[in-house]
Amino acid sequence: MAKTEEINLKEFWDGFNKGDWQEEIDIRDFIQHNYTQYEGDESFLAGPTDATTTLNDQLMDLKKKEREAGGVLDADNDIPATVISHGPGYLNKDLEKIVGLQTDAPLKRAFMPFGGIRMAEDALEAYGYKVDPTQHKIFTEYRKTHNQGVFDAYTPDMRKARHFKIITGLPDAYARGRIIPDLPRIAVYGIDRLAAEKFSDFDNIGDGEMTDDVIQLREEINEQYRALQDMKKMAASYGFDISKPAQNAQEAIQWIYFGYLAAIKTQNGAAMSVGRIDTTMDIFIQRDLDRGLITEEQAQEMVDHFVMKLRMVRFIRTEDYNSLFSGDPIWATLSMCGIGMDGRHHVTKTAFRVLKTLENMGAAPEPNITLLWSDRLPEGFKRYATEVSIKSSTIQYENDDLMRNQWGTDYYGIACCVSAQPIATGVQYFGARANLAKTILYAINGGVDELAKKQVGPAYEPISSDIIDYKEFMGKYDKMLDWLADIYVNTLNTIHYMHDKYYYESAQLALKNSRLDRTFATGISGLSHAVDSISAIKYGQVKVIRDEDGMAIDFEAQNPDYPRYGNNDDRADDIAKWLVKTFYNKMNTHHLYRGSKLSTSVLTITSNVVYGKNTGTTPNGRQAGEPFSPGANPAYGAEKNGALASLLSTAKIPYRYATDGISNTFGVTPNTLGHDDNARKDALVNMVDGYMTNQGMHLNINVFNKQTLMDAQKHPEEYPTLTVRVSGYCVYFADLTKEQQDDVISRTFFDEM
Amino acid sequence: MNIKFTTNLSTETATPTEVVPVKDPVGYVHSIETFGSVDGPGIRFVAFLQGCRMRCEFCHNPDTWNIGTGDPYTADELIAKALDYRAFWGKEGGITCSGGESLIQIDFLIDLFKKCKEQGINTCLDTCGQPFTYKEPFFSKFKELMKYTDLSMVDIKHIDPVEHKKLTGFSNERILEMIEYMSNHGHHMWIRHVLIPERTDYDVYLKKLGDYIQTLHYVDRVEVLPYHTMGIVKYEKMGINYPLKGIEPPTHDRVVNAEQLLHTADYHK
Repeated sequence: MAKTEEINLKEFWDGFNKGDWQEEIDIRDFIQHNYTQYEGDESFLAGPTDATTTLNDQLMDLKKKEREAGGVLDADNDIPATVISHGPGYLNKDLEKIVGLQTDAPLKRAFMPFGGIRMAEDALEAYGYKVDPTQHKIFTEYRKTHNQGVFDAYTPDMRKARHFKIITGLPDAYARGRIIPDLPRIAVYGIDRLAAEKFSDFDNIGDGEMTDDVIQLREEINEQYRALQDMKKMAASYGFDISKPAQNAQEAIQWIYFGYLAAIKTQNGAAMSVGRIDTTMDIFIQRDLDRGLITEEQAQEMVDHFVMKLRMVRFIRTEDYNSLFSGDPIWATLSMCGIGMDGRHHVTKTAFRVLKTLENMGAAPEPNITLLWSDRLPEGFKRYATEVSIKSSTIQYENDDLMRNQWGTDYYGIACCVSAQPIATGVQYFGARANLAKTILYAINGGVDELAKKQVGPAYEPISSDIIDYKEFMGKYDKMLDWLADIYVNTLNTIHYMHDKYYYESAQLALKNSRLDRTFATGISGLSHAVDSISAIKYGQVKVIRDEDGMAIDFEAQNPDYPRYGNNDDRADDIAKWLVKTFYNKMNTHHLYRGSKLSTSVLTITSNVVYGKNTGTTPNGRQAGEPFSPGANPAYGAEKNGALASLLSTAKIPYRYATDGISNTFGVTPNTLGHDDNARKDALVNMVDGYMTNQGMHLNINVFNKQTLMDAQKHPEEYPTLTVRVSGYCVYFADLTKEQQDDVISRTFFDEM
Repeated sequence: MNIKFTTNLSTETATPTEVVPVKDPVGYVHSIETFGSVDGPGIRFVAFLQGCRMRCEFCHNPDTWNIGTGDPYTADELIAKALDYRAFWGKEGGITCSGGESLIQIDFLIDLFKKCKEQGINTCLDTCGQPFTYKEPFFSKFKELMKYTDLSMVDIKHIDPVEHKKLTGFSNERILEMIEYMSNHGHHMWIRHVLIPERTDYDVYLKKLGDYIQTLHYVDRVEVLPYHTMGIVKYEKMGINYPLKGIEPPTHDRVVNAEQLLHTADYHK
């Protein structure tokens, strides 16, 4: 093992500006010293090469076969996936500029038992495969999984809360994901320099006093070190030596991709983010362009092929999982742009090139393209981005000014949908979400589950009056939230302890600093319904209708005109602020695993449908089983003053409490947006600028007609690439379940009247 | 209804007996659309004012007809509400008053637009012109209103007076008078025409309308709005007969044809 000072990389860095980054591992510093801002428009961009078109056709064909085969084209059942478990695999070796697959064949799904063998087996069986008996024996008798660890420690109350879905989507049988590796490190430094750094960190952790935290970190750094060595072996199997920095753009993009590939070969997290790579790529591309080594066509081709790889990532999931998150999402979230701490924007030509992939290869859900937005981004880029949005509905917009300020760095990325994470120094523990709308019913029914009629929460006195008294209700809701916060946070404490122990993310964490700031992510579902229910109780004189068992099964507001969240009406919006803040503070009283800092999100992804299914009729008139509104969106039909009033309600939710993100999904028909392309682009730019100026955090934008969706539901074969944005991610419309399609169709579209 | 006091009560010399309440005109608002992107330039805060005398067969907002109902607002109240959305307006956006027929509440409009201009807010009047007359006191008020109006969006429902009456219940005489007044006095307009099969979608009328518009000045834009059937639900809800039952929206070809005959491309700016 070479020491860091013995590795001389100067020759690889010819043409780059000097900086601290040459002495320390510091990609942000490398970027700030070397990137080229771009102020112009999209006219420089190149279309697809023949190779790109051929490859893309091949992929579309495979994707079609995959859909025809019921969702899975092929799957391993006997090779537990590791960084080096598989030999090289190709889509078309002669044409691919960027290579590397999760397994040995395109779209073939890997066998990933470390999160939980039963989950892996159920997933295989859902698609007609059976796990190899030897593997079954190994992972049940000899090798404990994360899932078993968690269930060894759960309390009966935790199992109950989980079973009755007051807390849902917990990563206790698969990877927690959401850890953004600092992928450009491989391109800029090469593996050897990174390994040397880890070696030196290992030497400097602890003074020999072996406390739990020192032991844990020393073991982890060793795992990281080994993961780095495995990455070299994996790259070597494809014929590349990544021990040293990349020498040209193609290598840089390839090195970055190998880092990502190591992550997706080993972890099946719900979200496997790509992070911030566009500026680093651009620096390498620009150096090659300046040296006359490549043309714009070639630059675009590399970016296209890289993005194509992100479109091919697959995990095999159980039916339960698919009903939560439809359409095979993996949240290969790629965050771009934003404004630097020094005031310079981070728009490069490569940000344009990434958007151009949607034109060159058609719309697609992955990567989850996320623009870190500020009204200070250059106009040319803003207009191009909104044009791509209007054409493909595949972009999400997030408030860079808000996040940079909150997190104190411009070098952060989005993990999953809306969760910011400092890339070099931060890590997040993903924690799914708790159902605050269902908790309203628990408060009314004394902790008895309204659907199962079983005691799940604590047996407090239920509300027995005809008309719900606001003060009485709030006392009970407050206590029920105490219980929920307690059981939720402690369930997560258990999960993260076991995840670190049995399913540690050595590859991703090898590409981050050894000493990390940790975030303990939690989430809220059913916000709008909880808020409107509280408002109904406060202002609407809600009468309870009970069944023969005395269970509250329906509600009638005597004054149906009570204020509703989504109209920029403080009477309702203040309840939303109060609820987020209160739930955060309640969770924050508890011990959080590994000294992590609490964050929460208002985000549901497509799980709003399932959460709704598991929740009885709520006092705001939402019927039992009806979907929740997604993320922080207002309830269906609650909005009476148009789109911007609705957005301003969402914008009031305080980001300082919900630092894990506040999601709003916005659908609009083209004609509502404007009568011609220019007007539409202007309207979208102004809308996003206005939302962000008002502290709005996140916006999904969908531009299409309801009729298009209805037609696509009937004739999916005619819309193979129709992509919609759903609460923080993108999905092929055809890959949604019928219920979710209906939900998207019926969801508020701001339509002209 | 809000009452504004001319004297500041907090000043030491003021005593309650000196206070003279002055009532601001009150506007009756049917509804508010915070995201109007086809109601004038840019993104606009649109107040749909209550009340209209015309009974256009294709009207998709019959719930705005009644005069005297709606939510009362003073100009200050409405502006305060609108200003929440200023960050969305960009360089071009602002406030649009639509209806109903907004000119029915002209006293309110004057107060509102005057106060908008004091705060640098772009104003747009969406009107069908039916209340227009050279008679006093309306005409002086109208001239006053035009001082504070950056743009008027004017509908010409039909160029033929007889057909106009059949379609809307009123002749188009006053409407064209208003348009000509605007044309002669430097008031910028967007002219809009709803294209309805079996009503307005005849080449002979479209040509005539196109020729007429060409004689006008200060026309910044001419738009063909294809008739749509989204209003039917409201008629059913209100239990009134929908006059255009069975008439479908025009085909794309007919829309293009109308745009050619109205020379829409010549105006766009």
